[in-house]
Amino acid sequence: MIVAERKPLEQIEAMLEGMEKILVVGCGTCVAVCMAGGEKEVELLAAQLRMKGKLAGKKRTVDEITITRQCDNEYLDALAKYVDQYDAILSTGCGAGVQFLAQRYDDKLVLPALNTLFIGVAEEAGVWSQKCMACSDCVLDQTGGICPMTICAKNLLNGPCGGTDHGKCEVDGEKDCAWTLIYRKLEKLGRLGDLEKIQPPKDYSVMTKPRKHTHQAFQQSQQEEE
Amino acid sequence: MVAAFRQAFAEKDFVVTAEVGPPKGTDVSELVEHIELLKDKVDGLNVTDNQSSVMRISSLAVCRMVLDHGGEPILQLTCRDRNRLALQSELLSAWVLGVKNVLCLTGDYISVGDHPQAKPVFDLDSVQLLQTVGLLNEGKDLAGNDMKGATDLFAGAVVTPEADPIEPQMIKFQKKIAAGAKFIQTQAIYDLDNFKRFMDRARRDDVKIMAGIVLLVSAGMARYMNKNVPGIFVPDELVKEMAEAPKGKALQAGIAIAGRMIRTLRDQKVCDGVHIMAIGKEGCVPDILKAAE
Repeated sequence: MIVAERKPLEQIEAMLEGMEKILVVGCGTCVAVCMAGGEKEVELLAAQLRMKGKLAGKKRTVDEITITRQCDNEYLDALAKYVDQYDAILSTGCGAGVQFLAQRYDDKLVLPALNTLFIGVAEEAGVWSQKCMACSDCVLDQTGGICPMTICAKNLLNGPCGGTDHGKCEVDGEKDCAWTLIYRKLEKLGRLGDLEKIQPPKDYSVMTKPRKHTHQAFQQSQQEEE
Repeated sequence: MVAAFRQAFAEKDFVVTAEVGPPKGTDVSELVEHIELLKDKVDGLNVTDNQSSVMRISSLAVCRMVLDHGGEPILQLTCRDRNRLALQSELLSAWVLGVKNVLCLTGDYISVGDHPQAKPVFDLDSVQLLQTVGLLNEGKDLAGNDMKGATDLFAGAVVTPEADPIEPQMIKFQKKIAAGAKFIQTQAIYDLDNFKRFMDRARRDDVKIMAGIVLLVSAGMARYMNKNVPGIFVPDELVKEMAEAPKGKALQAGIAIAGRMIRTLRDQKVCDGVHIMAIGKEGCVPDILKAAE
């Protein structure tokens, strides 16, 4: 899932300078799970903005709505009947959601209320960790299911650097050394031979931005239509 | 002019290198002093590459200065600040400027240095960088293109004998040799028994291994490294020896320890040489060598 956190209220307030009618749009998928931009968080943010506006003596209307997903046109369409009434849309979606909203309603100012952090997992209640860089060429089959592109700060592909220290990383002593984890895992799986092969340089051409993906089935149907 | 570093291994049983660090800023007076002091006393002078991720004059520029002063430079090249185009370009540039040796390193992470907000590169890793040197030596670039004129660089790498766990370090060490490393300079070692055990595992006919010697200047430095520097272990008895040095004589104690270690490594033929890192105290290297006699 995409993990995000809300921007400081002061920063959001600064973005909204001069805006009287504001629609806060939540997203019910990833950012709801990580408690950054779902229905509850939208309710809280809208209340804070109303209170701030009132205390500052501002003329301000803040309404709120949370849709299932901001990364899907199907759900964005539902906003069509509201957006005209507002000076600005404040999205609590991830960076993709904010952009898709801005693209769908391109004559409207759409602002981000979150900072998007990473693709990750819920390690425990309230704690998420990064797991994937979306490098477009997965190597997890050779590294015991532990991603050197993500878990190693230097994205090294051929083993640990000299900064590894009793299983921890030189960048942050609290963080695990990816290559110690990979070594231990492959040892457990009886697959240490996987480490002996020299991995070639990563092909960054497949990561040229912005990436686009069309599902194979749809490629075929598109071709057939043509 | 000293003989080529590569040649030194053919002619000597025990090869010695030292290290100079390019300065931050354009005042090179102290650097030139160190080059002049060391150039005839060692078989090669490593020139560090934005060491500790701190921005300085480039390794290549200082390597050329070492040549101008009659020394034999070893270009340190890290993967932190350059992508594969810049790394290859740097290697070709080194060759045409007369620099014949390169030490291929991953590089410290950006955050430890003085520009922590910079973008870390790490397009290649040290193993891939060694392979790249091999390709350039064959007249090809990393993309497989033929080049007009090849390099003939003598490539080396590093290893951390005190790494814990040691196994992944040893696997990478073997990969570095397979990728073309002809010499190895180790991270600082202080425990000779540990190092001998490492050498029992690491010794191969096709690679020369030089033990890393970092000059201790105080007991505090030894304790600091034990606590904070990954892969460095200073045994208690050496910390004690430093602590018991009379006031104002700690540096002399450090020089004596370094000299004694070098002597043991050489006389017992433990390894093929030493790489002396007298960080900030380059002027002491001749004293260390004298203590090792």
